[in-house]
Amino acid sequence: MPDLSINFAGIKSPNPFWLASAPPTNSGYQVMKAFDAGWGGAVWKTLGVPVVNVSSRYGGVNYRDKRLVGFNNIELISDRPLSDNLREIEEVKKRFPHHAVIASLMVQSRQEWHDIVRDVQNAGSDGIELNFGCPHGMCERGMGSAVGQEPEVLQTIVEWVMEVAKIPVIVKLTPNISDITEPAMAARRGGADAISLINTIQSIVGVDLDLFAPYPIVDGKGSNGGYCGPAVKPIALNMVKNCAQHPEVQLPISGIGGIENWRDAVEHILLGASSVQVCTAAMHFGFGIIREMTSGLEQYMTDKGFHTIYDMVGKALPNVKHWEDLNLKYKVTAHINEDKCIGCQLCYTACEDGAHQAIQLQEGTRVPEIIDENCVGCNLCSLVCPVEQCITMERRDDGTEHLTWKERTTAGTIPTEFNDERAGGRHHWVPEPAAALGKEQHKTLPGKARQYARADAAALQATAASSE
Amino acid sequence: MAEYKTPTSEPEFHANFAQIKPRMNKSEALFESSRCLFCFDAPCIKACPSGIDIPQFIRQINTGNTTGAARTIYEANYFGNACGKVCPTEVLCEGACVYNLQDVKPIEIGRLQSFATREAIEQNKPLFGPGPANGRKVAIIGAGPAGISAACELRSLGYEVDVFEAKSQPSGLTVYGVAPYKITNEEVLAEMTYLENQFGFRVQYNQPIASRRELEALEESYDAIFLGIGLGATNPLLLPGEERNNCVGAVEFIEQLRVQHHRTAVGRKVIVLGGGNTAMDAASESARMGAEDVILAYRRGKEEMGAYEFEYDLAKGVGVKGLFNVAPVEIVGNGKVEGVRFIRTATLHGQVQVVPGSEFVEPCDMVIKATGQAKQTQLLSLIPGLQVDNKGRIVADERTGQTTNPKYFTSGDARNGGAEVVNAAAEAKATARGIHAFLSGGF
Repeated sequence: MPDLSINFAGIKSPNPFWLASAPPTNSGYQVMKAFDAGWGGAVWKTLGVPVVNVSSRYGGVNYRDKRLVGFNNIELISDRPLSDNLREIEEVKKRFPHHAVIASLMVQSRQEWHDIVRDVQNAGSDGIELNFGCPHGMCERGMGSAVGQEPEVLQTIVEWVMEVAKIPVIVKLTPNISDITEPAMAARRGGADAISLINTIQSIVGVDLDLFAPYPIVDGKGSNGGYCGPAVKPIALNMVKNCAQHPEVQLPISGIGGIENWRDAVEHILLGASSVQVCTAAMHFGFGIIREMTSGLEQYMTDKGFHTIYDMVGKALPNVKHWEDLNLKYKVTAHINEDKCIGCQLCYTACEDGAHQAIQLQEGTRVPEIIDENCVGCNLCSLVCPVEQCITMERRDDGTEHLTWKERTTAGTIPTEFNDERAGGRHHWVPEPAAALGKEQHKTLPGKARQYARADAAALQATAASSE
Repeated sequence: MAEYKTPTSEPEFHANFAQIKPRMNKSEALFESSRCLFCFDAPCIKACPSGIDIPQFIRQINTGNTTGAARTIYEANYFGNACGKVCPTEVLCEGACVYNLQDVKPIEIGRLQSFATREAIEQNKPLFGPGPANGRKVAIIGAGPAGISAACELRSLGYEVDVFEAKSQPSGLTVYGVAPYKITNEEVLAEMTYLENQFGFRVQYNQPIASRRELEALEESYDAIFLGIGLGATNPLLLPGEERNNCVGAVEFIEQLRVQHHRTAVGRKVIVLGGGNTAMDAASESARMGAEDVILAYRRGKEEMGAYEFEYDLAKGVGVKGLFNVAPVEIVGNGKVEGVRFIRTATLHGQVQVVPGSEFVEPCDMVIKATGQAKQTQLLSLIPGLQVDNKGRIVADERTGQTTNPKYFTSGDARNGGAEVVNAAAEAKATARGIHAFLSGGF
């Protein structure tokens, strides 16, 4: 049985799954319910200066039949009195002494920071998370992402906090910045114990086509909000990796962004996170999803022989390289497994219109054919193919050669003309432009168009016949 | 061991004849349309006789453009709603869906199609209108799928169109000949009303064209005449006892059922003669009308039946039993039907041969003959120069639908010998364009 427990920068937790600072951690009631369900920790919804909220607050991105693949909010930090929150933190810690309760904070002046840090320490918090990420509402007042975007300000505030902090301090970073490692380094310089990322991304999730207003709509108007949910995972993973790989960051990372199941969590961990925080999925499906997450993680660790979370933290990092370090000699081309092909020909259109015209249709069968010499191994066809293992990328090089762009640059063999070896050593292959014309005629034309086409063809034939 | 109680009221009838392709709700349509792969040169389009751009309309449904979806459908097929429900989609579009090759349930194209068109019909969405009047007039005989489709297309091309229908309602087979669990009268008629409103053609009901004089009147007043007359009554078997009470033709039985619903009398033990889709319908319907035993008797083996497999499955599913390799020799009874005398058969070199001395009587109190329909030879003989082939089908140019009498054009069952609604709708559209080409000298 693998050990799921973690000690994150001194914060102990029975498993790496924490609820992120957000509506699900708005009250002691919710946090206790979550711990009861199996969550290892909770970052309390941000405490700070009094705020008021609007309704509605959330907007969703639905994709085809899937709801909330993306999600945004214009909600501010906790609108409940600080004293209520402190009392509830204390109660939760009494009932759940071994679970992690982290207080998320956001205030302005040095004095306010000192006061609130002392308050949450007194209430029994296991750690503190500084909310330097909120991209709406608070940043206009000089807090949240406004701080996260100014490394020097961030560092200063972290220093203020460290003056009185006796428990671990995590700095939560905003992704609304060009280089996430800059605020991460500032957090380290300021003395923070850990970082967490990403906070939400500034966004408009959609516009009401009838009301001409962005979602969520507040009395006919709207505002940009903070984007999260499954759609943001790729962005979060990249930023987690950037921080984990940076030699001057070197802080424990709590990964946040698009974590909905154990796989998402493992991806964050493999790229360097040692705890993960979840919000949207809990808002969508409730605290019960934790059972799937812990069981999936346990099974994965058992299958892979990982005994502790730390056996896997950052395991993928050595394989994340700069482009210039990739092997230019490695060559794959697409292969269609004819027995599996169902003849949808999505690969044909994708390659024809969206890639390198390396797939052709064949007489008498709907199974398309790869034109090997034109295939650059881009992988698009296998990505659009709806059948598992139908289009596979087959290795074509013999594995004996290895050459990177960096090595070519060093050796002074960088190309001075456009001649892509990967397309057979010739100039990049492109069909004659005129061949594009009339291609759609091969297609079964729909309804009326087909009849017109037939009539046209007949008329042409008739004209040809009469002119003979 | 009847599975269905004999319906005695309209609600009971509807319960027994619940729609096998019920209307989708919005969520269902969203989920189902999400699954479409948007194939290139999609096989479903090719499998549709009317060539509807299926991936296009499915994607339109998925993006909330249901009206656009209805337009895509109607542009190819004026019987868009009816075809979604009555088409043998299992062997057409859905049968061609690439998911079948992956052992995944194919997209429910028929139901999606009806979903989109039904919404347009109910909201009376203005999608089409008549084209600018070109001063020419076309008479259409028969308001079935062929006649109505031709009327719509001709109106869109600017023709004045009058439709003459012998019965009191439009849509022919769709309302009189399709099993009630495939589509309801209300739904069929709603689509007809919608089309009439959109295109503004006139239908004159209870107006059979049966005499040379009536044809002459049409020939004088119209620039072209479209024959959408379908097929005639059930062929007689020419067996002794066929005249007995309760020995009825399948077409007539189904028509009565469609019109009179639960007031249609059905025997307790019914024998249906035939192996085609109409036989399956008649058998299935008898069972749903509460018949205790329904036997489907066919003179060849099960595999040789003309019916689609899913139609036979549908009949089996409601308790119909098959009796194969038997040929009826006599309808026995005393005034009314009491049974059918069969003789066993064997198929030798593709030929049905009787097995001497194997006669037996299968008792029953109703016989339904689903043994094919006659052609309307009487009417056709009144049209000068009109050729029919040796099977009684009107000879017509494949592309234009023009008959050997240049003023007459035709589509549908009368020309193809009997096919699906979708075939009639598709052919008629092409023929309407043929009429247009002929009248505007563009042949």
